Amino acid sequence: MQEFLQQLVNGITWGSIYALIALGYTMVYGILRLINFAHGDVYMVGAFTAYFAARLISAHGSVSPLGALLVLLIAMGTCALLGVTIERGAYKPLRKSPRLTALITAIGVSLLLENLGIIVFGPDPKFFPQIITPRRIEITRGVLVGSHQIVILAVSIVLMLLLQLIVLKTKIGKAMRAVSFNRQAASLMGISTDNVITFTFAVGSALAAAAGVLVGLSNPKIDPLMGIMPGIKAFVAAVLGGIGNIPGAMLGGLIMGIAEVMVVGYVSSTFRDAIAFALLIVILLVKPTGLLGTGVAEKV
Amino acid sequence: MKNLLLVVTAIVVLLLLNFLLPSLINPYFFQVLILCGINIILAVSLNLVNGFTGQFSIGHAGFMAIGGYTCAALTYYLGPHVADKAVSIGLSRSVVGVSFFVVSLIVGGLASAAAGFLVGLPSLRLRGDYLAIVTLGFGEIIRVMILNVDAVGGARGFTDIPRFTNFFWVSFFAFLTILVVRNLVTSTHGRAFLSVREDEIAAEALGINTTNYKVLAFVIGAFFAGVAGGLFAHYLMYLHTNSFTFMKSFEVVIMVVLGGMGSITGSVIAAGFLTILPEALRPVKEFRMVIYASLLIFLMIARPQGLLGMRELSLHTFRSLPFRMGKKGRQPQKQS
Repeated sequence: MQEFLQQLVNGITWGSIYALIALGYTMVYGILRLINFAHGDVYMVGAFTAYFAARLISAHGSVSPLGALLVLLIAMGTCALLGVTIERGAYKPLRKSPRLTALITAIGVSLLLENLGIIVFGPDPKFFPQIITPRRIEITRGVLVGSHQIVILAVSIVLMLLLQLIVLKTKIGKAMRAVSFNRQAASLMGISTDNVITFTFAVGSALAAAAGVLVGLSNPKIDPLMGIMPGIKAFVAAVLGGIGNIPGAMLGGLIMGIAEVMVVGYVSSTFRDAIAFALLIVILLVKPTGLLGTGVAEKV
Repeated sequence: MKNLLLVVTAIVVLLLLNFLLPSLINPYFFQVLILCGINIILAVSLNLVNGFTGQFSIGHAGFMAIGGYTCAALTYYLGPHVADKAVSIGLSRSVVGVSFFVVSLIVGGLASAAAGFLVGLPSLRLRGDYLAIVTLGFGEIIRVMILNVDAVGGARGFTDIPRFTNFFWVSFFAFLTILVVRNLVTSTHGRAFLSVREDEIAAEALGINTTNYKVLAFVIGAFFAGVAGGLFAHYLMYLHTNSFTFMKSFEVVIMVVLGGMGSITGSVIAAGFLTILPEALRPVKEFRMVIYASLLIFLMIARPQGLLGMRELSLHTFRSLPFRMGKKGRQPQKQS
């Protein structure tokens, strides 16, 4: 029981990171119907930006909580810019072409970011500096929670609440929902769809960057190819929850994280990469639109 | 009769090339050539699923892995026994080896076709991106499962696979794939595949069993992917699951889309181009993949419909070039 609870805690932490990445996938998909395969690499860039920012800040002594927050914000800002650049440069010219073309371009952007990462950051893994003092807290008997895990959970919950606030309460959020519902109609109603799409990319990329920073806290080894597997799995999480659906992405991410940690803990770590997909196939066969997704009626 | 003559000549020419080429060109170019052939088989077979039937599959590496490992396991474990038996009844060892290799290639293809049938089934319920992610997931599951089978090397990789693949077999199967896919899509059944792509509901209303055709496309595509996997295994003499990650599937999808969805010649050209390009870029060292990726993005933005779109390149295209000014579409096909 103790062990199970411990695994559950680890699973939830890992899952909230997946959820943060999955949010970017699901928002972009909701608006453009594009699987943005470069998203996992934006997460990698976020981790590296934070790495350099943290080294810069910690050069003047230890990192204060405020400094850690600053690192997070720098990473999020940089990646928001990166996301906007990718969208404007690579996806916007393809707005009217077949969807598969944009998908291949996304794979191209992903390859580009990975290989640029190898050149700029170097192929060898870097060790993320400890910007938060590691400490372990016992919540119930035998179940330990690290201070990193608490930070990861707190930051992801705050970010998700913030996202819900933006999407549900602000004007741009309303525009985002309108565009994802029907882009043409939204544009006829006077919504500047291009700006909304750019904004979506900025928000999604910032969330991915936050996930990158948080991963740096818990698994301090970062390298330019770190984004490939989490990126794909976060996409799977988004599909699992029903792609295009924001609460679905959060739910999917959590399920994925917990399932993965449980398989590593109780079965074998070699099956770690398979469980995500096996879970996905089972769920999609039962409910083809994902857990919270709603099917679109077919027009004849 | 004329066709038979053509086939015989083609086989003779390929056999001649098979003996001449290794001594004519250096081994590095030869290896690139073989890989081109294998990629052509993969791209053309995936084009049947993605391009002609419109089912978005990104799990081709999984089928390739099944075929490759099945075929390699057969020649590795059963091959020597079969050869011994054959020698004891007075047959030549090398002839038996090669024929057993071809049989195992086909068995590998069949194993992979069976998997294709399994993957094709969800396409009854899933569409578009949901299907895509299921095929991707399937490929990854296959990879992880093979990684856990110790008899085929597991995480160490499958070593000491006998070398049977040569220029003849690669080109033979490449031509066979092209021939089968081409004849299939220009037949009555081919129209059915195309109709599933164009409008599934309309196709169904016209009495086409869309389910059958979708699953059939998966099965045929998977068969040739399996054969390609077998050829790959017996060329490199070593298999590791890392060769079959989703990046490999992406590579094949890129070939199909870059060549033009639904264009066989497009797939062939793109497969050749994308195999040679990374090799040709070797002199620029670490910038190789950066240039490769930038070029890919540029090509997709410049030609969103793929290099050839839906058209086919043939001798007719060149012959009728002066008369085609201003005309668009699939005109050249009808002129034959």
